[in-house]
Amino acid sequence: MPSREIAGKMVEVDAEGFLLNPDDWTKEIAEEIAREEGIEQLTELHWKVIEFCRADFKARGEPPTLRRITKESGVDTKTLYTLFPKGPAKKVARIAGLGKPTGCI
Amino acid sequence: MSEEKQRKLAIICSKGSLDMAYPGMVLANAALMSGIEVHMFFTFWGLDMIVDRKMDHLKITPLGNPSMGMPNLISILPGMTAMATSMMKKEIAKLDFPPVREFLQTIVDAGGHLYGCKMSMDMMKLTKDDLFPGVERVLGAMEFMEISEGAQIIFI
Repeated sequence: MPSREIAGKMVEVDAEGFLLNPDDWTKEIAEEIAREEGIEQLTELHWKVIEFCRADFKARGEPPTLRRITKESGVDTKTLYTLFPKGPAKKVARIAGLGKPTGCI
Repeated sequence: MSEEKQRKLAIICSKGSLDMAYPGMVLANAALMSGIEVHMFFTFWGLDMIVDRKMDHLKITPLGNPSMGMPNLISILPGMTAMATSMMKKEIAKLDFPPVREFLQTIVDAGGHLYGCKMSMDMMKLTKDDLFPGVERVLGAMEFMEISEGAQIIFI
């Protein structure tokens, strides 16, 4: 598996750039991946989603589906698609340092 | 991300039974989650999915459905359709998939476009007022051709 430097830290990533080890994640890494995904500045609402995903992953062992995020984090579908435009599922997971989502919802 | 050509999906929903409603919605939602533009066209029985007074009451019947493994002679008994429907709704909820109305609203909120088929609506004496409010407009088949230009098309 390839390694790359993100925000000054060497981390292992898969072919699509998802972190292999969620524990490697830092806020600086999130900011840099967000910029790669076209999100210049992570706002408070972005962080609310990211932190929910990280906490949920810790509790349940899998990245939350978008449905779970909209049901549980207090950020609704419209807002989620505005925060992470053009394909929020992968973007949220990548920025939150979690694996590629496999859920269908 | 480079400005490559936007991938686009057009889904034609022509069936009004509960089991046939979900494939279109699941694919539409998956496409939106992946950043793909989505257009859903509801025609003929598929209109039931977006007719406001019907969309919450879609059913599945075991009659004539070999996949459900119930003998037709039993499937004709009163209450069998209701039973199969309630079982399927429970299974859908267990997987955390929303009911039809909520699912379509999610698709609309995610930027998906819903259209009713004009010809089918005329035949069934329906107007835009009979439809789920999330439906963008009523289209003829030719307009759908324009909207779906360059899209991958799925017919369900």
